[in-house]
Amino acid sequence: MSPERVTIVEKIMDANDQIAALNRARFDRAGVFAVNLMASPGAGKTTLILETIHRLAPRLRMGVIEGDTAPVTIDADKVTAAGMPAVQINTGGDCHLDGMMMSRGMDQLPLESLDLVIVENVGNLICPAAFNLGTHANVLIASIPEGDDKPYKYPNIYRGLQALIVSKTDLLPYIQFNMDYFLKGVEALNPGLVHFPVAALRGDGMDAWIQWLEAQVAAKKKA
Amino acid sequence: MHELSVTENILAIAEKHARKAGATRVTDIHIVIGQLSSIVDDSVQFYWDMISEGTLCTGAKLHFSRKPAQMHCRACQHTFTLIRGELIPCPECSSMDLRIVSGEEFFLDSIEIERDQPDQEP
Repeated sequence: MSPERVTIVEKIMDANDQIAALNRARFDRAGVFAVNLMASPGAGKTTLILETIHRLAPRLRMGVIEGDTAPVTIDADKVTAAGMPAVQINTGGDCHLDGMMMSRGMDQLPLESLDLVIVENVGNLICPAAFNLGTHANVLIASIPEGDDKPYKYPNIYRGLQALIVSKTDLLPYIQFNMDYFLKGVEALNPGLVHFPVAALRGDGMDAWIQWLEAQVAAKKKA
Repeated sequence: MHELSVTENILAIAEKHARKAGATRVTDIHIVIGQLSSIVDDSVQFYWDMISEGTLCTGAKLHFSRKPAQMHCRACQHTFTLIRGELIPCPECSSMDLRIVSGEEFFLDSIEIERDQPDQEP
């Protein structure tokens, strides 16, 4: 009995991609625009979400899916306190959200009565990049204290983005951060990527980000 | 460390195709990994040994074929290979106006299987 070779050529992430496509179709049917927000721990994901919700609350109905590696509801509690439905997904130690976890999170949100869903992915620059969730836009927050070399060291996450937020710009005077060098790396990985410098707590730059996001939501409603 | 989920996918795909082909055992699995796809072979192997036990793929050997990351410089049309995963400017003209040609592959290429051969004449 001699071994026999069977040709397969199947993408290893195919199963996740298929679930992500189903999630995308559900969002589309409900007319909801969904954002996958990624960043390293401490880049300011939750702060940005709270400030975004605060600004859009008068005009949009929003829901938040919070991915955390442990059953800690700190982030979800803050969103709920801001008056928005929030779902906590505990990844059970996993370093990322995947299509299936996302689908379970969506089950717990009143999608039909929402305009925008923001997903706060697990704080990590490597793993989330490998798993499609079915959201319409991948957005990365890169904070100034992380340094200007991050596009060069974590190229994968930059390649799949639809928008980039450069956060904590109020710290620029205190930190060695070469914006030209940073943006050159970004441009090489993702030509023409739209980026928003913000200092969320001070409000700097938030208007441009909010405008962009609202335009995406409006385009989804029309589609 | 998302290699556990990735390894589970490899097992699921291999088993699906092995069953379809009527295999009694999978002996070898060939995987193609682009340099830019941030997968650590050793970690996949580690999880593989744990999760493949008791399946058609028990004891199957994993073979990783690494595809280098090829970059094309839009400024001077030079094509070059990234030695590590890290992004570097064009070695010819130092431009960062680069396009990725290859290196993002990540797929299960083929499996080698054994099966009973009841049809075969002696």
